[in-house]
Amino acid sequence: MSLVLNEEQSYLKDTARDFAKNKTPVSHFRGVRDSENPECFDREIWKEMANLGWSGILIPEEYGGSDFGVAGIGVIFEELGRTLTPSPMFSTAVVCASLIKEAGNEDQKKDYLTKIASGDITLSFALEESSRHSPTNLETTAKKDGDSYIINGQKTFVLDGGFADFLIIAADTGKGTSLFITNKDAKGIDIKVTPMVDSRNAANITFKDLKLSSSDLIGEESGSDQIIEEVLDISRSVISAEMFGGIQEAFDVTLNYLKERDQFGAKIGSFQALQHRAAIMFSEIELCKSCVLESLTSFDEGSNDIPRLASLAKAKIGEVFHLVSNEAVQMHGGIGVTDEYDIGFYLKRARVAEQIFGNVQFHKDRYAELTGY
Amino acid sequence: MLFGGGRKVEFKDPDQKLWMDRMGEKGWTCPTWPKEYGGGGLNFEENKVLQEELMRIKARPALNSFGIWMLGPALLEYGTEEQKMEHIPKIVKGEIRWCQGYSEPGSGSDLASLKTKAEDQGEEYLINGQKVWTSYADECDMIFTLVRTGPLEPKHEGISFLLIDMDQEGVTTKPIKLISGKSPFCETFFDNATAPKENLVGGLNKGWSVAKRLLQFERNMIAGMGFGSAASGSSKKTDAKPTSGLATMAKRYVGEKEDKLNDSGLRNKIIDHDMNSQAFALTLRRAAEESKKSNQGPSAASSIFKYYGTEHNKLRYEIMLEAMGTKALGWDGAEFGPEELAITREWLRTKANSIEGGTSEVQLNVISKRVLELPQ
Repeated sequence: MSLVLNEEQSYLKDTARDFAKNKTPVSHFRGVRDSENPECFDREIWKEMANLGWSGILIPEEYGGSDFGVAGIGVIFEELGRTLTPSPMFSTAVVCASLIKEAGNEDQKKDYLTKIASGDITLSFALEESSRHSPTNLETTAKKDGDSYIINGQKTFVLDGGFADFLIIAADTGKGTSLFITNKDAKGIDIKVTPMVDSRNAANITFKDLKLSSSDLIGEESGSDQIIEEVLDISRSVISAEMFGGIQEAFDVTLNYLKERDQFGAKIGSFQALQHRAAIMFSEIELCKSCVLESLTSFDEGSNDIPRLASLAKAKIGEVFHLVSNEAVQMHGGIGVTDEYDIGFYLKRARVAEQIFGNVQFHKDRYAELTGY
Repeated sequence: MLFGGGRKVEFKDPDQKLWMDRMGEKGWTCPTWPKEYGGGGLNFEENKVLQEELMRIKARPALNSFGIWMLGPALLEYGTEEQKMEHIPKIVKGEIRWCQGYSEPGSGSDLASLKTKAEDQGEEYLINGQKVWTSYADECDMIFTLVRTGPLEPKHEGISFLLIDMDQEGVTTKPIKLISGKSPFCETFFDNATAPKENLVGGLNKGWSVAKRLLQFERNMIAGMGFGSAASGSSKKTDAKPTSGLATMAKRYVGEKEDKLNDSGLRNKIIDHDMNSQAFALTLRRAAEESKKSNQGPSAASSIFKYYGTEHNKLRYEIMLEAMGTKALGWDGAEFGPEELAITREWLRTKANSIEGGTSEVQLNVISKRVLELPQ
């Protein structure tokens, strides 16, 4: 796979960098947090992002998208991750758009993908059922009842689940997993918002005799396990890119601080105890960069090692995000643990992002299994 | 592992000689070197194809030597036409084996303080002094050295780069026995040794630039060691199922349960190591792609190679020892397999990886100051 960006990708990255710098610097994130807006993102900003075409990057041109590929959207997320830009883009334009693109029928694609590309709707994927990622053996069930399905079960850590217009539900239909799409206001859905430590929204959702018609089924009945796995890998790769942006920003901010802060009559960056730790972090960051690029481009260039590369990226970046965000706080000293200073945001985001679609250990284990041990 | 050729070479079998000779004739021991000096004349892409083909047929390395890794590239940059014609074809064909005379007993990390002197005697130089850590000096034919030719100049500006034939009375070598029990390094003594004037490379008192360039080649070489069996960073699409050399070996010693290694702690260490091997291999490849694209020298990423590569290789052997248990702790004798004994010795040998060619701490200093631009 290519480890350097092509022109199109470089252009997207530059545009996203300008956007993040001018429209959504970290102060924007702080503002949204302090406004106590329970949605945890700014609708106006989301509209601007959609107008730039970002919500349609994974969507084919015939449905209003640009089809610029996973690497295209990944480099945007990397830049947005630097400034912790809050938006529904991950759940809507990466996870759910990919599920519908891969599994949906023509009507569903026309309907939903077009509206995702235009930025008119938001979606959320209700998958997880426990405090640790476990995409198989779901306990949520969908029982066929004539031309309908009756859905019962409980979901947790549903990203953007509190406010998304539509939910895609993964449920067991006896012989495998099926996907259903529903309006969030349907009868039988109880949504409890769970404000998270990184000031983003997620939800616990209970389905009690939720009745959906067979036209709400996305893909074949009991036939979606493989598609879910594929979409999860795309999502893992993209969230790794976002996390990698956070890693770089936290490191850059810390490096600047080392060059500015005086103690004992010298810049603290002249102390070897800090220099060597910074150099070690730099080495790890260089490794992360290669993992993210290889994983992002593996989808567009047709690798047969996609799952392993996604797990490599998610595990490696998860681990290094913790290293760098912890060191960043420590090297800032007292101000590092104040709310007034931004650096603590990265420590919090690292923890939540690590849990999205498999934590470090989940992906290490998966990497080993895919390698035959 | 290393096969260096030279006048004193002992071939393990006739095939080894045949393979070296045939590869040398085509210049494929040094595929990217110019054809007029016996090299292969291949470009970046052609060489990639050659290497992939050699790997595919599981070819053993035909020849690898300090001449190929370090002296050749330096001569191509700094040598005169006569020097290139004289020395490079013999490196390509494995006729002459070279060693490196840099460090001295009092000049390790502070290399430029070296004292071995070369005095101008008209037609030739007269050399007196001592070098240390000269790899395989006792098996080599020629030595490239840093010598003091300007005793009154500032320390970096009185050094020259001189090629010396070791087949003379004034040169003696004495192996240094390492903790591994082996002696890959020697002390080399110059006692009124001589070298013709035309063996000075890069100009009188200009040896430090040649030396620094050569050190870069050396660091890249050391960083790349030990990755032959590690997870691949290849861009090639293959149908081969990915495997782990460490895990396959560990399974033999600790067993497996339902395809999983029967020691979860060890398994976790192997996972970390395999992932980092792949990440590192990808980073080596990325640095190559970046420098090819920008047409500039090494990217920022390459500053980490010596540090990361050697620490990673040391860890690899620590993990192997953990997997093998007491089987890895034999020193000698038929009760241990030859491969086991070799791993034990190699484990000890790797401890020098993060010392030779600039210690890990020196590398971290370089990254801090030159790449991160942290204050002095």
